[in-house]
Amino acid sequence: MSALTDPTSTGASPAPAATTGEVVTLVSRKTPVVLGVLTVGLALILLLQPESGDTTLRLARETDIFQLPDLTLPTMPTAWALTVVCALLTGESVRRYLAKKRTPMWLVSIFAVAWMTGFLVWAAVGETLPVVGLLAGSLALAVPLVFGALGGVLGERAGVVNIAIDGQLLFGAFAAAVVSSMTGSPWPGLLAAAVAGALVALVLGLFAISYFVDQIIVGVVLNVLVIGITSFMFSQVLAPNAADLNTSARFKVVPIPVLGDIPLIGPILFRQTPVVYLLYIAVAVVTFALYRTRWGLRVRAVGEHPMAADTVGIKVNRTRYRTILIAGAVAGLGGAFYTLVSVPQFNREMTGGAGYIALAAVIFGKWDPIRATLAALLFGFASNLQGVLSVIGSNVPSQFMLMLPYVVTIFAVAGLVGRSRPPAADGVPYRPQ
Amino acid sequence: MNDAVTNEQAPAPAEKESGGQPPEPGKGHSLMRQIVAGDAFAGVLAVVLAVLVGSVMVAATDDTVRETAGYVFARPSDFFSAVWDAVWGAYTALFRGAVYNNLVSDFATQIRPLTETLKFAAPLILAGLGVGLGFRAGLFNIGGRGQMLLAGAAAGYVGINFDLPIAIHLPLAILVGTVVGAFWAAIAGVLKARTGAHEVIVTIMLNYVAYYLLFYALSKEGLLQAPGSANPKSLPMKESAVLPDILGDRFNLHLGFLIALVAVAFAWWLLNRSALGYRIRAVGENPSAARSAGIDVGRTWITVMLIAGALVGLAGVNQVLGTVPDGVTLDLDAGIGFDAITVALLGRSRPLGILAAGLLFGAFKAGGFSMQAAEGIPVDIVLVVQSLIVLFIAAPPLVRAIFRLPAKEAK
Amino acid sequence: MKLELRGITKRFGSLVANDRISLTVEPGEIHALLGENGAGKSTLMNVLYGLYRADEGEILLDDEVQHFSGPGDAMAAGIGMVHQHFMLIPVFTVAENVMLGNESTGFAGTLDLDAARARVKEISERFGFHVDPDALVEDLPVGVQQRVEIIKALSRDAELLVFDEPTAVLTPQETDELMEIMRQLREAGKAIVFITHKLREVRAVADKITVIRLGKVVGEAEPTASNAELAAMMVGRPVELVVHKGPPKLGEEVFVVKDLRVVNATGHVQVDGISFSIRAGEVLAVAGVQGNGQTELTEAILGLQDHVTGSVRLDGKELLGRSVRQVLDAGVGFIPEDRQEDGLVGNMTIAENLMLNRSFHLPFVRRGSLQIDKLRAFAQEKLQQYDVRARDIDTACGNLSGGNQQKVVVARELSRDLRLLVAAQPTRGVDVGSIEFIHKQVVATRDSGVPVLVVSTELDEVVALADRIMVLYRGRVVGIVPGDTPREQLGLMMTGERPKDLEGDVA
Repeated sequence: MSALTDPTSTGASPAPAATTGEVVTLVSRKTPVVLGVLTVGLALILLLQPESGDTTLRLARETDIFQLPDLTLPTMPTAWALTVVCALLTGESVRRYLAKKRTPMWLVSIFAVAWMTGFLVWAAVGETLPVVGLLAGSLALAVPLVFGALGGVLGERAGVVNIAIDGQLLFGAFAAAVVSSMTGSPWPGLLAAAVAGALVALVLGLFAISYFVDQIIVGVVLNVLVIGITSFMFSQVLAPNAADLNTSARFKVVPIPVLGDIPLIGPILFRQTPVVYLLYIAVAVVTFALYRTRWGLRVRAVGEHPMAADTVGIKVNRTRYRTILIAGAVAGLGGAFYTLVSVPQFNREMTGGAGYIALAAVIFGKWDPIRATLAALLFGFASNLQGVLSVIGSNVPSQFMLMLPYVVTIFAVAGLVGRSRPPAADGVPYRPQ
Repeated sequence: MNDAVTNEQAPAPAEKESGGQPPEPGKGHSLMRQIVAGDAFAGVLAVVLAVLVGSVMVAATDDTVRETAGYVFARPSDFFSAVWDAVWGAYTALFRGAVYNNLVSDFATQIRPLTETLKFAAPLILAGLGVGLGFRAGLFNIGGRGQMLLAGAAAGYVGINFDLPIAIHLPLAILVGTVVGAFWAAIAGVLKARTGAHEVIVTIMLNYVAYYLLFYALSKEGLLQAPGSANPKSLPMKESAVLPDILGDRFNLHLGFLIALVAVAFAWWLLNRSALGYRIRAVGENPSAARSAGIDVGRTWITVMLIAGALVGLAGVNQVLGTVPDGVTLDLDAGIGFDAITVALLGRSRPLGILAAGLLFGAFKAGGFSMQAAEGIPVDIVLVVQSLIVLFIAAPPLVRAIFRLPAKEAK
Repeated sequence: MKLELRGITKRFGSLVANDRISLTVEPGEIHALLGENGAGKSTLMNVLYGLYRADEGEILLDDEVQHFSGPGDAMAAGIGMVHQHFMLIPVFTVAENVMLGNESTGFAGTLDLDAARARVKEISERFGFHVDPDALVEDLPVGVQQRVEIIKALSRDAELLVFDEPTAVLTPQETDELMEIMRQLREAGKAIVFITHKLREVRAVADKITVIRLGKVVGEAEPTASNAELAAMMVGRPVELVVHKGPPKLGEEVFVVKDLRVVNATGHVQVDGISFSIRAGEVLAVAGVQGNGQTELTEAILGLQDHVTGSVRLDGKELLGRSVRQVLDAGVGFIPEDRQEDGLVGNMTIAENLMLNRSFHLPFVRRGSLQIDKLRAFAQEKLQQYDVRARDIDTACGNLSGGNQQKVVVARELSRDLRLLVAAQPTRGVDVGSIEFIHKQVVATRDSGVPVLVVSTELDEVVALADRIMVLYRGRVVGIVPGDTPREQLGLMMTGERPKDLEGDVA
């Protein structure tokens, strides 16, 4: 096992695609089964713990210029209606399975929205659900995940499995806190976070690229190492000098004129901190660079078939180093979010394993920057949901809400992702002669 | 048809490895190769190097050292003696905490640190065996934490709520915990075998799920929460479910260490002498060859995860019933689930290696706490040294390069 | 462009892969490099291409000494290489593959795909290649993929082209087309190095022949030299060009396959309605170019494929739907086509590998425990019997040469009571001595009354071993013909053409 890949898949030999030229659609029953399980689960919740009352959805904030009216829905009828929608979609999925057709992604997406809304309406019975706050908060919580996932996508596209995302986030958070405390401005902190992330990536590269150490091992151990170093420095240096070294200057929310005033979307997307705007830019730039530029073509070539890249004169390991340094810097930026946006100081192990969630988003998103971003947003949503529900008070024990993103991930990797193909040489070190 | 066929292309079909380099053995399985291969000397150097880096960190953050560094050119001797004091102080404190305390008079107290080391080593060995067994089958079990938490919780539930004679109560609690650990780990095995879900992702996610499940159980009376308490903590174990001390009351060393030794022997037999272990190794080294030879790879994965989960679960049981019997808490795993990965890597996934690595890390742990108490050096330094050891051990050429370079420059 | 190699020496550890090799190739010349598997031909070309650094010797282009630090330098100097294992990225399009490493770009490094497309079209038209620049490489037949490799080299203005075993994956017809392309390139003034072990092709197209054995140049030959002369030069001794076997003693039809259909994981139909049967004591050889369903056929019989319909009966018992272990226990011996991937566990010892398919019960397992003494005695015996050249039975299989690895596989599979032997590419990548030995074992198995299914892409092996020959093309049976069918006809059948005078399917 050398990578997050199917052990039977290999990079080198391009298998002939079709012998007879005839293609039949093979469908797995995983998707209908998972959808069925989820629908039955929702129905059971509603049956076992029926509620009476209304649920109100708030679609704007008090400060918004354009106020959308609140939406009040009768709880149980709405929840049941959405359960029926889920059941119908499951039925359609089963029908397609029996007709040997795949369940399309749009069906799964609608199912997800319907299921989630149904569940939320039930969970927030008798309360007002701040939809805008929920979504804006989700985006905020997703910021480090998206940066981390982008870093993961970049690394893996070049053939280096980046399990050290968590270490990069944590070290980025640490560096950002220290530097912004010392300079009194968040911007140098942001820069320091990127450098710190790249530094972790450099160590990853040293071991994984130059010394052919298994990339998963290096990644896991690096995460532990970074936890050790930052915790050590925290107790030994930061805590005794908290005023000078661990009181970071935070970014403030900067609404974008006009765009920020669009109802619903404006407050969610365009009343955020500069880090979030940087995130939009990062997603766009990474996607464009990966698919449209010479650099991206070479990165992908190196991740798919390093030998082939070598034979056309591309320096494989140099390309990999360069890519993971960029990847580390991107992930490091995500770390800055913790200490320059969330809270104004560094704490030990403050990422709480977010890097691993980002890694899940990479796989969930099939090694594509846009899809990985969406997956990371989904995780952000799930995390924020818990906070919102515990504030408005809900009938679900908070532990189960906290569990949700992880359960969703398991369902996703086991059932809904479908056939995913990692870069063929992902995790395989390249030894030039 | 035995008539002469002019064998025109006579010698040799497609040239595969021209130049006759030895072919790569069963490709794509570098994990095992790297863990098992490697030389002992580089291993020693790796430990030395890691300790050196640790020393630098200790010295650099020491107040006296930093003070004297201010006038290092004026009075270099101050600086160097401060460095020496900081580092020597740290490592002697570590040694006193882990092996032998020469500062006290009676023998029992002198060797007490050694028994503490063995106490800390027991769960590391158990969990390390579980993770190492996974490695041998090509599975990366990062789910040690979750398996420990739930196994410990289950054992704790039996230990708290049942009233039985010790001969039944203790074995039952151990058994229940072990089984729960096994099944929790097997979820990842089943999902991998049936759907191809990657075990790294699944076990990480299961860690969080287990944590919140335990959290829920600890905040609900009737499950695990102590009645009348608002904290997520259970009642202490009943006497009849606590692992007995094996060296008498003066030492904390309990039966868990012997269980760990038995587990080492079992794992050794399993991997080296049993048919199942043979299949596990075959699947780990080359799953497609194993499949072609009639070995059910998926079933082997599930079996491995069951056994691995049981071993890791025993580590959790060891904590709840032995080391900290005063109640189940959310941090009962004490980071052992993750430490186990480094133990398994350092022990090269071989049972005896894991035994040795577990003892070493147990010593670090025992010594780390006393170092923190005596010298005020955060125990996190142990984490740094441990992970550096594993990194350096995995890259012997780097270690050699590092040790050769200063030699060259010195000349 | 003129190429000159002077005294090239390349060592891997203690092994000398190239020993002071010198060679000159003139422009407008096709120079064949002939040698056995493992003789060091590909190593030499990798040195030339900058993939390996030579330990001694120098490379001259047009009388100037070159210093290549990587393939990039070699390419810039005008060397193009068509690799045996195509250096193409399956998920890229033809245009992307061709431009890779040599990209024309617009603003901010954006790719100029239009320029690449135009370049592919231009070269493609000049040589009559018919390649769509926007096709994904993984969707193309191997013959076309090879043309993409050639276009890649030509698009970089290569003056010297190296073809490394280019015909291994081609049908006879595609081979002829390739020869034509090579001649065309020669007329255009390119210098061409043609690496091969196939005597006929050398004689058909080469202007000059250099023979390499054990890393040394053993001589030069003219294209007019006879097969026997060339073969003897290659191997270093007169080669036994014949497999001695008597007429088959045919028994019952014990192995019967009906309407076998195999669909792979991506839904492509790989085997479509194959039916045949084999009698006890008979060898049925499956001929065909690689990738025409042979792999899936053997894997389906063994139970290694997931989507299989039809029927596979051995001794009247249905094998389909059973687990691999049940199939093996029914008495099926299996020599997989890729021994390193599917046949052996490289890090395990010879002894351990010899029990790979018997890890559940006696003789090597008793009540869950390994019977190590029995295994060691058995391994010792097989080491002798099968002439495996290894230090001892505790040597890891990964450290053995290809021929010895294959002997371990053969020893394991033949030391059970077999009811059927399935041998896929039994001698691929194996030296001549081992080929002779393995062929004898296959024939001995047949003579002991076992039905044998041999799959080979080497027509010579098929002809040497077969009592009957089944030709596959695109997952379907073109015909089942007697073992003495002329090779010309077999070659034609391998392109999918069904001869009119076919004497019926004797299945």
